[in-house]
Amino acid sequence: MGATETVIKPEHDGTRKHFIFSQEHLDLRESMTQWVKKELWPHRNEWEDTMWPDSALKRAGELGYIGLCFPEEYGGQGGDYFYSLVRAECMSYTGSGGTNMGFAVQSDMVLPPVHLLGSEEQKQRYLVPGIKGERIGCLGITEPGAGSDVAGIRTSAIRDGDEYVINGSKMFITNGARADFCVLVTKTDPSARHDGITLFLIDLRDDEGNALPGFSVSRTLEKMGMHASDTAELAFEDMRVPADCVLGEIGKGFYHISWELQGERLVAAAGCYAGAERMFEKTLEYAKEREAFGRSIGHFQVIRHKFADMSTKIEAAKQMVHATAWRFANGEYPVREITMAKLFATRVCHEVADECVQIFGGYGYMKEYEIERAFRDQRLNRIGAGTDEIMLDVIGRSYGL
Amino acid sequence: MNETLIRDSGRRALLPPFKDEHEELRATIKRWVEAEIAPHVEEWDDAGEFPRALYDRAGELGFLGLKYPEELGGQGGDYVDDAVWAEELAAAGSSGGVGAGLGAHTGIATPPIWKFGTPDQHERFLRPAIAGQKIGALGITEPGAGSDVASIRTRADRTDSGYLVNGSKTFITNGVRCDFLVCAVKTSPDGGHHGISFLILERGTPGFEVARKLEKLGWRASDTAELSFTDVEVPKENLLGPENGGFYLIMANFQWERLLMALGAVGAMRRLLEVTIAYALEREAFGRPIGRFQSIRHKLAEVAIKMEVARALTYHALREFIAPELERREAIARQDWGHPSIGAGLEEVTKAKLLTQRAAVEVADECLQIHGGYGYMKEYGIERALRDLRLGPIGGGTDEVMREILGRRLGL
Repeated sequence: MGATETVIKPEHDGTRKHFIFSQEHLDLRESMTQWVKKELWPHRNEWEDTMWPDSALKRAGELGYIGLCFPEEYGGQGGDYFYSLVRAECMSYTGSGGTNMGFAVQSDMVLPPVHLLGSEEQKQRYLVPGIKGERIGCLGITEPGAGSDVAGIRTSAIRDGDEYVINGSKMFITNGARADFCVLVTKTDPSARHDGITLFLIDLRDDEGNALPGFSVSRTLEKMGMHASDTAELAFEDMRVPADCVLGEIGKGFYHISWELQGERLVAAAGCYAGAERMFEKTLEYAKEREAFGRSIGHFQVIRHKFADMSTKIEAAKQMVHATAWRFANGEYPVREITMAKLFATRVCHEVADECVQIFGGYGYMKEYEIERAFRDQRLNRIGAGTDEIMLDVIGRSYGL
Repeated sequence: MNETLIRDSGRRALLPPFKDEHEELRATIKRWVEAEIAPHVEEWDDAGEFPRALYDRAGELGFLGLKYPEELGGQGGDYVDDAVWAEELAAAGSSGGVGAGLGAHTGIATPPIWKFGTPDQHERFLRPAIAGQKIGALGITEPGAGSDVASIRTRADRTDSGYLVNGSKTFITNGVRCDFLVCAVKTSPDGGHHGISFLILERGTPGFEVARKLEKLGWRASDTAELSFTDVEVPKENLLGPENGGFYLIMANFQWERLLMALGAVGAMRRLLEVTIAYALEREAFGRPIGRFQSIRHKLAEVAIKMEVARALTYHALREFIAPELERREAIARQDWGHPSIGAGLEEVTKAKLLTQRAAVEVADECLQIHGGYGYMKEYGIERALRDLRLGPIGGGTDEVMREILGRRLGL
């Protein structure tokens, strides 16, 4: 994710056929999709009960998929930001929202701030094994009493000699039950709001996988969907960490995490249009096969028009995400458009999921076609990474309202 | 950490296919619209037409020939210039009626002559049209055939010198005062789509009459006519494109017409958003500007999303449409109708048309709501915008027809 001083001019007349994707992006999409279909998709039902195994992420690391956008010196592939969209598109073929989310937390939420803000030592310790999929990370922002209102968090990190003492709890943490390390959002100045926030990059477990003193997983949460992913409540009680665990600047954590959220939201939006495409394809196939009143239901005008509307919305979401990603990759910081893309794409995904359940009828409500799971899984997107309501507020405020 | 990652500077590069040179054109159009059109839109709506002199003025400034070659008096630009024209005309505050009158001339009546016309037709019709001296209109819809183009009934029977035309057309923008009408006729009683041809009918030809000027919900500054043809003699040199090949001509231009409508809707939404934000920040209720109430802030955020998404999709369709333009012109020249360039961008354009026209109506309605009583009054132009934009989901192919096109391409 480049933060260049000047905006790179678009290549209007270049060889790129696609607006943002080059042939290399398309080739990767092809090979990664094949891998997902071969090694992840077959396990989608099993993982609903067992959750995705650590080995799957390690395999993704071996194949280079976690480090697509990180420099080669840390074991990455050195690709541009658009590769993260390609990855989100490919992961839509897992058929498992929980697996997608767990992987995305590693590649698009935890590691980017480590890369952007981390010291060389932190990068060696977390980014390098993170890219290999050998160490799994989680991101601790939300608390039982503070979600959208990040400045209202209460987990404290108080300096004591060469260490910080951390106290508090974190809620709804994806990968939280299994993570080896955590990008943790704390208050180093509990009396301040935004400017009292500091990020920490800390180990949660020792080499044997035991929780370090002061850290514990309070509980693993049960939820509507995303069953293949572990979601935990974490507790910190007088956990002592060395002072060099600070990630980025002290007191600048709010701005750091705001930046992280932009990348996360855009990737979530890409996952949503891609997820909507998968549901659309599956349902289109069904509508061509399923007969009622002597013909396939897809040939009734009302069903045909539903597909026309869905395809239009999905294309619109995709183009909104692509145009915004193009801006982000070119060094702009288009908060307004990212927020719009996130809100629009997650809504489209939700509407498409609902319409697909409807077209499947009774079968859509049953487990066997997996559309009910897609419906349950995707519902999170309008809450996670910023609710619809917060998105609308951000957009409105960007116009001075 | 870089400062740019802390605050959005608001800096935005131009989305492809637009470049810096288009910004100058945008600014020029904006200045012209603000100075010479916007102050008069209400007056022209009341009058039921805008002055004919506006064509001369637009021609003088080069706006009517942006994409046409310099040899014919054009600016030697391309479709992207015309896209700027369509979007900015709406964004800078012209009315739906003015946009329709000028747009029908530059966007739907003259392009078929440019693409399919003979050098003689270029001289007789396109050159004066570019200069604003002759007004063009396109005639396809009939009282009994709108979306279903294949069922038109206006007939052209062969004679020694050309054709004898009988029938009628309706909803023809610029129909009342056009100097020439690019008119779809049946040249073969059978063949459905493949019995259609185009003839250029000239004003003043005996039998070519304006049956009536239609009154309508919006677009009031543009004249919309029902036309009747009784034994109208049309010379054979006014046949445009191949005989019985008219369907391809329609298809070739439908995409561009729909894209122009999408661009116009984007422009209109940009303007509505801008005007309504300004109003919401100024208008006070219960001790603060209404825009600072959360419900109004969220309504405007929804409006902004609709506009921005419509823009992203429309520019995508534009890029897809223009990509094979050279190949398309060559394919048309050799009448190679199966060439992939002919249908390039069809799906994207159809989606853009479908999404933007409804979005613009919703945006106008929401903006009217935010303006409250003032929105319902004439003075802010919001009620006109809502009336004008309501044509979008009907004109250029209804929303329902767009869905049919998309559904059928999915194999349904």
